Amino acid sequence: MSGLANFLRRIGAMAVDGVWRLGFATRFLGLVLLYSGQSLRRLPLTIREIYFSGALSLLIILVSGLFVGLVLGLQGYDILQRFGSSDALGTMVALSLLRELGPVVAALLFASRAGSAVTAEIGLMKTTEQLKAMDMMAVNPIARVVAPRFWGGVISMPLLAAMFSAMGIFGGWLIGVVFIGVDDGAFWSQMQAAVDVRYDVMNGVIKSFVFGVAVSLIAVFEGYDCTPTAEGVSRAITRTVVSSALAILALDFVLTSFMFRGQ
Amino acid sequence: MAIESPELPPLVSLSGVRFAYGEREVLRGIDLSVHRGQVVAIMGGSGCGKTTLLRLIGGQLKASGGTVEVAGHDLAGLGNADLYALRRRMGMLFQFGALFTDMSVFDNVAFPLREHTDLPAGMVRDLVLMKLQAVGLRGAATLMPSELSGGMARRVALARAVALDPMLILYDEPFAGLDPISLGIIGQLIRRLNDALGASSVMVTHDVHESLGIVDYVYFVSEGRIVARGTPDEIRASADPFVHQFVNAEADGPVPFHYPAPAIAEQLGGGA
Ligand SMILES: Nc1ncnc2c1ncn2[C@@H]1O[C@H](COP(=O)(O)OP(=O)(O)OP(=O)(O)O)[C@@H](O)[C@H]1O
Ligand SMILES: [Mg+2]
Repeated sequence: MSGLANFLRRIGAMAVDGVWRLGFATRFLGLVLLYSGQSLRRLPLTIREIYFSGALSLLIILVSGLFVGLVLGLQGYDILQRFGSSDALGTMVALSLLRELGPVVAALLFASRAGSAVTAEIGLMKTTEQLKAMDMMAVNPIARVVAPRFWGGVISMPLLAAMFSAMGIFGGWLIGVVFIGVDDGAFWSQMQAAVDVRYDVMNGVIKSFVFGVAVSLIAVFEGYDCTPTAEGVSRAITRTVVSSALAILALDFVLTSFMFRGQ
Repeated sequence: MAIESPELPPLVSLSGVRFAYGEREVLRGIDLSVHRGQVVAIMGGSGCGKTTLLRLIGGQLKASGGTVEVAGHDLAGLGNADLYALRRRMGMLFQFGALFTDMSVFDNVAFPLREHTDLPAGMVRDLVLMKLQAVGLRGAATLMPSELSGGMARRVALARAVALDPMLILYDEPFAGLDPISLGIIGQLIRRLNDALGASSVMVTHDVHESLGIVDYVYFVSEGRIVARGTPDEIRASADPFVHQFVNAEADGPVPFHYPAPAIAEQLGGGA
């Protein structure tokens, strides 16, 4: 009986803790936005972070995009040819990538490649008192360290998702047209006819923007909030990857249910 | 050496300052003042709250009682912008250096200059090299912090702390982990920088002999209170048991070596 009570108590404590952290993160987002003006005026800081988060994630994004595209080409052809509509392969590959796989998979990869790195970097700066030293030098660490990394992530994310989708479409084309022999003209013309810029492309971009905000916020928050010890930093990195993945998938469901209802 | 200037109010003055981390009260009423031009040492056993005291003077912690005044401003009533304005005229040497690990030695020292001034790059370069020269590390300008020894890192941090020619310099354990030669050099450096800049310094340290040689005034802290104070000569001549224990490094005396704990017999012996 006391085991059950303890169990329930633990769940309750976890829930309360979760709500607290969500509140702190929201307040932290407010602070980051408040000090963003200062840091965006010094563009080189943000550009440097776009390089570290975005440009250095490019390789893994492109390679993964290619593989996802190749798989989509194989699976899509296998399914579509049962209905005698393998010409629609281009449409299927493009829509799955632009609407779902591009934003979601790119964000998942981004969280584990760049988000974890940002958490580790900020966490270590906190552990070694670099943030306190900066604060003592009258330089606000949120403006100087956190905001550029946040915006670097937010700006990189949609661009990376676009790269991922482009690479995926290329992969689908490679399998479908070059190896299997789907008609090249049909592949592209069906795709062009079926993909709507506002409905499909814009919604995909909105998704990846939202994921970019979520992942970047989680990454900078976990780093800034970590317990300043080696163990604390390692736990913060784990939390960044896990919470980002959950946030991406949950937000994807919410956004999809608003965006795509089969009009 | 002591430049007492009674006509001017002290640069730093603490009166009745109290501070607690949660339930644990660390400071229980500290009165202390630092006059302009002085180097003041704060000594006390490990964990007695010296770093905390320095953080209070730097405005990183807020006292739960009493007042902390720096350059005539009561820190409790200061907004963020005013506090930052005040900190631009302070330098702090952290206990472990706290150099920015993603920047070279040069960029570390240039950091405050680049953040707070619009000086042209050539001028920043000259200033940085001069500060590095003062700590004897001009030749290490291109190294990264990971390539420095502990003592070198401390000296770079010192150069960075004085980059903006502060009026008040706070040192947290500047001597910890240094060999006797570097120790003497850093000690002299602290004195020389203080006098050359016309600044005032507060130094937290365990090192009695080194610091008695360079400071103007000493405060001893124990159990959250100032238990003794005086000029180095007064301290050397003091009959106070606390000072005596500290200066002569005796294990027995009023300074407790142990963190508060239940009697050891209760904790050992398998909990029987
Ligand atoms: N962030 C904190 N949270 C809770 N307690 C703390 C914190 N920082 C310090 N303390 C406690 O406050 C006391 C004073 O700490 P402080 O760091 O000021 O000591 P110190 O005099 O600088 O010691 P040392 O000479 O070893 O550096 C210690 O007993 C420590 O346990
Ligand atoms: Mg300390």
